[in-house]
Amino acid sequence: MGLTRRTFVKAGTAGVGGAVALGFDLKEARAEMRAFKISRTTETRSTCPYCAVSCGVIIHTLGDKAKNATPSVVHVEGDPDHPINRGTLCPKGSTLRDDINNPNRLTSPKVRRPGSDKWEDISWDAAIAGIAKHIKETRDKCFVEKNAKGQVVNRNPGMAMIGGCTDTNEFNFLQWKFITALGVPYRDSQARV
Amino acid sequence: MSVHSLEIRRSSASLLGGATGMRALPDVAKYVDTSTCIGCKACEVACQEWNDLAPVATHQVGTYQTLPTLDAGFWNLIRFDEREVDGGLKWLMRKDQCMHCAEPGCLEACPAPGAIVQYANGIVDVNPDNCIGCGYCETGCPFDVPRFSAKTGKMAKCTLCVDRVSVGLEPACIKACPTGCLHFGTKEDMVALGSARVAQLKANGFPQAALYDPQGVGGTGVVTVLGFGDHPEWYGLAANPHVPLGVKLWKNILRPIGLIAIFGALIGTVGHYFTYGKKEYREEA
Amino acid sequence: MASLAATFGRGAMTNGWVDIKNADVVLCMGGNPAENHPCGFKWAIEAKKTRNAKLISVDPRFTRTSAVADLYSPIRAGTDIAYLLGIIRYAIETKRFHEDYVKLHTNAPYVIADKFAFDEGIFSGFDAGKGEYDKTAWAYEGDPKSKSYVVDETLENPRCVFQLLKKHVDRYTPEMVEKICGTPKETFLKVAEVVTSTGNAQRVGTILYALGWTQHSVGVQMIRCGAMLQLLLGNVGRPGGGVNALRGHSNIQGATDMAGTFEILPGYLKTPSAPLQTLKDYLEGATPTTLNKQAWASMNYWQNYPKFMVSLLKSAYGKNATKENDFGYSWLPKVDGNYSWMYIFDDMYRGSSMRAGGKEPGPEGLVTFGMNPVGIGPNSKKMISALAKLKWLVVVENYEIETAIFWKAPKEYGGPETAKIQTEVYQLPASGFAEKDGTFTNSARWLQWKWKALDPPNGSKTDQEILARIFLAVRELYKKEGGPGAENVLNVAWNYTNPAAPDLGEVLKEINGKAITDIPDPKDKTKLIRAAGQQLENFGQLQDDGSTLCGNWLHLGVYTEAGNMAQRRSPADPTGLGMFHQWGFSWPANRRIMYNRASADKDGNPWDPTRVGIKWNGEKWVGDVPDIKPDSKPGEYGAFIMNPEGVGRLFAPALNDGPFPEHYESVEAPVDNVLHPKVTSSPVTKKFSSDKDVYGKKEDFPIVCTTYRLTEHYHYWTQHTKVLTQLQPGFFVEIPDVLAQQKGIANGSKVKVSSARGSIEGVAMVTKRLRPMKVDGKELWQIGFPLHWGFAGLPEHTGPLANFLTPSAMDPNTWTPEFKTFLVKLEKA
Repeated sequence: MGLTRRTFVKAGTAGVGGAVALGFDLKEARAEMRAFKISRTTETRSTCPYCAVSCGVIIHTLGDKAKNATPSVVHVEGDPDHPINRGTLCPKGSTLRDDINNPNRLTSPKVRRPGSDKWEDISWDAAIAGIAKHIKETRDKCFVEKNAKGQVVNRNPGMAMIGGCTDTNEFNFLQWKFITALGVPYRDSQARV
Repeated sequence: MSVHSLEIRRSSASLLGGATGMRALPDVAKYVDTSTCIGCKACEVACQEWNDLAPVATHQVGTYQTLPTLDAGFWNLIRFDEREVDGGLKWLMRKDQCMHCAEPGCLEACPAPGAIVQYANGIVDVNPDNCIGCGYCETGCPFDVPRFSAKTGKMAKCTLCVDRVSVGLEPACIKACPTGCLHFGTKEDMVALGSARVAQLKANGFPQAALYDPQGVGGTGVVTVLGFGDHPEWYGLAANPHVPLGVKLWKNILRPIGLIAIFGALIGTVGHYFTYGKKEYREEA
Repeated sequence: MASLAATFGRGAMTNGWVDIKNADVVLCMGGNPAENHPCGFKWAIEAKKTRNAKLISVDPRFTRTSAVADLYSPIRAGTDIAYLLGIIRYAIETKRFHEDYVKLHTNAPYVIADKFAFDEGIFSGFDAGKGEYDKTAWAYEGDPKSKSYVVDETLENPRCVFQLLKKHVDRYTPEMVEKICGTPKETFLKVAEVVTSTGNAQRVGTILYALGWTQHSVGVQMIRCGAMLQLLLGNVGRPGGGVNALRGHSNIQGATDMAGTFEILPGYLKTPSAPLQTLKDYLEGATPTTLNKQAWASMNYWQNYPKFMVSLLKSAYGKNATKENDFGYSWLPKVDGNYSWMYIFDDMYRGSSMRAGGKEPGPEGLVTFGMNPVGIGPNSKKMISALAKLKWLVVVENYEIETAIFWKAPKEYGGPETAKIQTEVYQLPASGFAEKDGTFTNSARWLQWKWKALDPPNGSKTDQEILARIFLAVRELYKKEGGPGAENVLNVAWNYTNPAAPDLGEVLKEINGKAITDIPDPKDKTKLIRAAGQQLENFGQLQDDGSTLCGNWLHLGVYTEAGNMAQRRSPADPTGLGMFHQWGFSWPANRRIMYNRASADKDGNPWDPTRVGIKWNGEKWVGDVPDIKPDSKPGEYGAFIMNPEGVGRLFAPALNDGPFPEHYESVEAPVDNVLHPKVTSSPVTKKFSSDKDVYGKKEDFPIVCTTYRLTEHYHYWTQHTKVLTQLQPGFFVEIPDVLAQQKGIANGSKVKVSSARGSIEGVAMVTKRLRPMKVDGKELWQIGFPLHWGFAGLPEHTGPLANFLTPSAMDPNTWTPEFKTFLVKLEKA
């Protein structure tokens, strides 16, 4: 218990004393409550990334988007204008702030070398170059221009690509161009499983 | 004076009610319809998020319920209850939180002036500036709501999002509720909404449906629709809640003595010590 | 979605979320929407509150949905077909179906050729050697003289679909339903009565389903049953009706629309197969023709296929696509057989694949974007061993997931020792939803733009930038070094203003499509439909001569000269039915209820004047965006414009496992099939033969087990978020209290669950919500557990992967794994 008898007496004495001396004046009769924490945040309309109800959410970020203010998310709440969720959110949507600000988010590219038991940090440039080299080598090695029946198939069975279903349509379209360019036949997504 | 401040109707350990009568504010209330609650816990975390409460430690003990009871860091808890009624299974869920009683036992039990206040709109709040963390409010509460926080040394409970309500917004839990089993508005409107829902339930297979708004505490700032209104205990609610006798004694006998300030404080201190002895607090989860 | 496409013509949720409020009956089956879609489920509650709608929950477990349902019916996991065919039988027997609708809008009057037959659990056309059906055995009867379908409007011809259906479902009596499903007959009859109360013009009901139907070896046919029932009750196309597939991920509909799976190109165009060597061959095979010349014609909308395909090729290959080179058709990769999920990992595990009679390499490299296959795929042990065969793996993610650290999976997962795993693994930090703009398509086909709130955390990048940078780096290597099929890599158009991080608005414009050259108006050559460079506005402007480009015809209209329609935010809803035409953009053509022509009778009057989908005002169809030519008179075209017949299919000769659904047990069957013990499981379901693919028998594993999600968690994502792990703090197994008592298992104690694939441990949650079942007179138990645990994530949240126990068995149409019914045994741990 974080209270000593002395502070209790002091608080009681002062408080009661004040009340008795003044009765209740207007000042004493009001209480400071916790300030409304999002009164000057920047609101951004977005869509919850979890299920396919697609609830509208408002992301409240710190600051007014001025050049010198780095936005960070202080609160996420349902968008009351959204016709489907009308401001409501499930427990997952209600805690989106903690997904965005999650301390466990990955923030640097890593590589695990063959046989190794640990991650190594790697620069973005080195990671992209390393991945591109793998893709090229695999494609060059595995590319099937014609199948056993002699039909032109232009496919690269050495590579597979699978995607989740929480990225945008635009990303998905770019991804389709990507796999088309590389001739990847093995491709699938969360939509199947 | 803050622009967000509200007039106070009552204040703990204080001489008189505080409202000047200058403004007429309607009482506000939450509406909880247990018959359309799916126990999704959006209200639980919406409360934590709005109030910036850190996650509490929990353990899987074989239930969907997050914690056995409320916690200083968890002011809103869905209680789950499986029950066979007339051969059919019912999975009852109720949002548990501070009931914001019209006659709050916590406020009556509190010895610290201004630590528990009832605003002019009926919201009962702990003012941490004045709270001394003695825990007597817990004794006074017929719903077992206030909790002592070892982190702050103060009591903590649902504020009915008074910071939101005072600027014209509904509480965080109410806003989040996906099924609309929660509503917020004036007490009058919420009672009307509840009565209409009770009537609908009665006509649709729940003849015992009732609105829980117990008069033993002067009515509550949370009106609850119960499908089985004859069994509030199935939902973890007392059938006839009232402020404990000991607290009434404090209020009616000991508190008037507080008219004499110094004596009041001293007697209060000593009196409490002998009445209740040292308070043991449950560990924060 | 294969099922809805085979029945109605398009594979997506028919109605919308808000539209659920218009229903009189809401049947939740094969789904637990209160748990998994709480904010959409509010509209079911709204229907209860505002119209006294009846909410029914049919589920093996008494769920959060059941908790607020008016009627709960238990069912044995995996037996939904028997249950639903039982309701169909009840509707026909008691004449509680919408006869006028059925005659007008379904293929009930169509006569089936005499090659179709059904005997002892097998349809005609079965090739036992291949384990496949020859679907031509299920064809419509064609009239040789008029060259059109043979129909009998009286529904009396014994070979018409209605009579064949009646005969097919005759075995599914309430007693049989009880015997198979374990549902008490009285409960079943109550459900059947309420559901069929909508089989008329005045009332309407909806079905909400999700993966509880999809993830079975007979999943597609379960959904077929729901779709057929809704056709029979006249509930498709109407506000408050439909078959509503509740999709589980924010953009799972969008990923499907945008060719997330191997068998399709954007807009559900077919991935070309090897025998189709020229664009002409391909288009001939893919473009359907119709025989329908009777009462009304079919719009047969897919006749526009060449326009969709050529415009897509123009988008893919830009200037490199010319008429002379088939618009680059030959550069598209061609498939030989199946490259879906389970084949990916089976071929990966075996290191090769047998394709078109030859041996080809299997995948030695894998790229995953926002995807955790180790958690998600069935048979986790096989998943990990398959990944260990890879030469390289790229995981693009926000969190460290099981897939990225498969090489240090706990021992029990059976992978090789870490030091022996030669896979090079890259883990690239991506960005979350708030850190990028772009559109998601929700379950109800709404494309909604989201605005970016902040930059990705320092060190991580947006997914589009990561993808683009890898692509540009590979392309650069081909430019410099060349290589086999180098031109395929170099010819793809990537003409974005910032190629290394394409602007998503610019990409959406390309998806919508534009005119490449001036497009003259065929009716008046002095006018233009579109000038060169202008964004297209509707399907009608697409051309098949290379003068238009369009990344996905289905999304046409989303980004016109008037701007980005997905950004619209008007709350206007003049219909009052929750359509919101000015909010975002709904494919196709901003239509909110698909097949809405069926909401009206033959004269174009709505079945229910209080819930108007569309109606004929004498000149045109008004209401929702009509799913028919807007000025076509009632009687001109059928309501299901994507089906060559123009009607909805009670009999669907398009699926791989039969034109009618039939009850089969799961691949791991807990009992013999009561109807035909020699054919217990589906004869065309697929299993695998690697050493990791073992299947259990009922003698060893007598308990039925099912897996599911919790509302507090999202798949394998929120295990990294403390505020949510707090709400469901540990892996648990739900066990019926009577079974727990028999086995001496106390609530909260540890139990061990084993399948033929292995064992996991968890905390027992002893509950009344799972009941003992009597199946064919014998006692049968069901247990279940949720799937949100794994060996990655917050330390306090680690636990077994649910898929440790699930089998590699799948539906023969969608190749979706059977996660929802498998066999286990249960012990105290």
